[in-house]
Amino acid sequence: MEDWEEDEFDGPVKKFMYVNRKAPYGTVYALEGLEVVLITAAFDQDVSLVFIDDGVFQIKKDQETSGVNMKNFSPTYRALEGYEVEKVYAEKESLEARGLSEEDLVIPVEILSAAEISELMDTQDMIVSF
Amino acid sequence: MALLHTVNKSPFERNSLSDCLRRAKNGSAVLLIEDGVYGALQGTSASDEISSRDGSIKLYALGPDVDARGLSEKPLIDGLELIDYAGFVDLVEEYSSVQSWL
Repeated sequence: MEDWEEDEFDGPVKKFMYVNRKAPYGTVYALEGLEVVLITAAFDQDVSLVFIDDGVFQIKKDQETSGVNMKNFSPTYRALEGYEVEKVYAEKESLEARGLSEEDLVIPVEILSAAEISELMDTQDMIVSF
Repeated sequence: MALLHTVNKSPFERNSLSDCLRRAKNGSAVLLIEDGVYGALQGTSASDEISSRDGSIKLYALGPDVDARGLSEKPLIDGLELIDYAGFVDLVEEYSSVQSWL
């Protein structure tokens, strides 16, 4: 029997960018997006994760969802490192407009300007938006 | 006859909060729920508009939605009161009708 779990992925490696633009609980986009990112990372792809607009609220620390009977999935962002997703960015303008700073976030991110994020988008093979 | 207005969308993504505030008469109440609670944050690009109505309308936000989004330690706009689900029910009873700005 083939020991498939030991196989390394040897297909092509592409540059995937995931663009997160939605707040975490009002819609299911944030949770679904996070699951897709983890799946892609499992296939050894070159993954970048970007939080812009209301997407920056996904990684706000101190989320406490027991009062609304929903799953707090914000600790899962801390698992990204274990999947070797290390290119994680948040947009400076989006944070500022929402009164947030780096200290408000649940994971370390690289803060980029909108212009820098535009440049990064240009270098991708695939952009997936949530 | 005063209305209770509810807003459940982020002010950074939709115009619901502005649309509501433009129509909310003095003496009415605005309750922020779900993603609407982002409108309760102090010091944002959306906060001046709602802050300017403090005193003329009552401002509330639903505490469990504030906590879920990790905003409990952030400064909220002056005059805004946090309520729980029972408080929501009390407001519905207190005001003549509810207008939901979906």
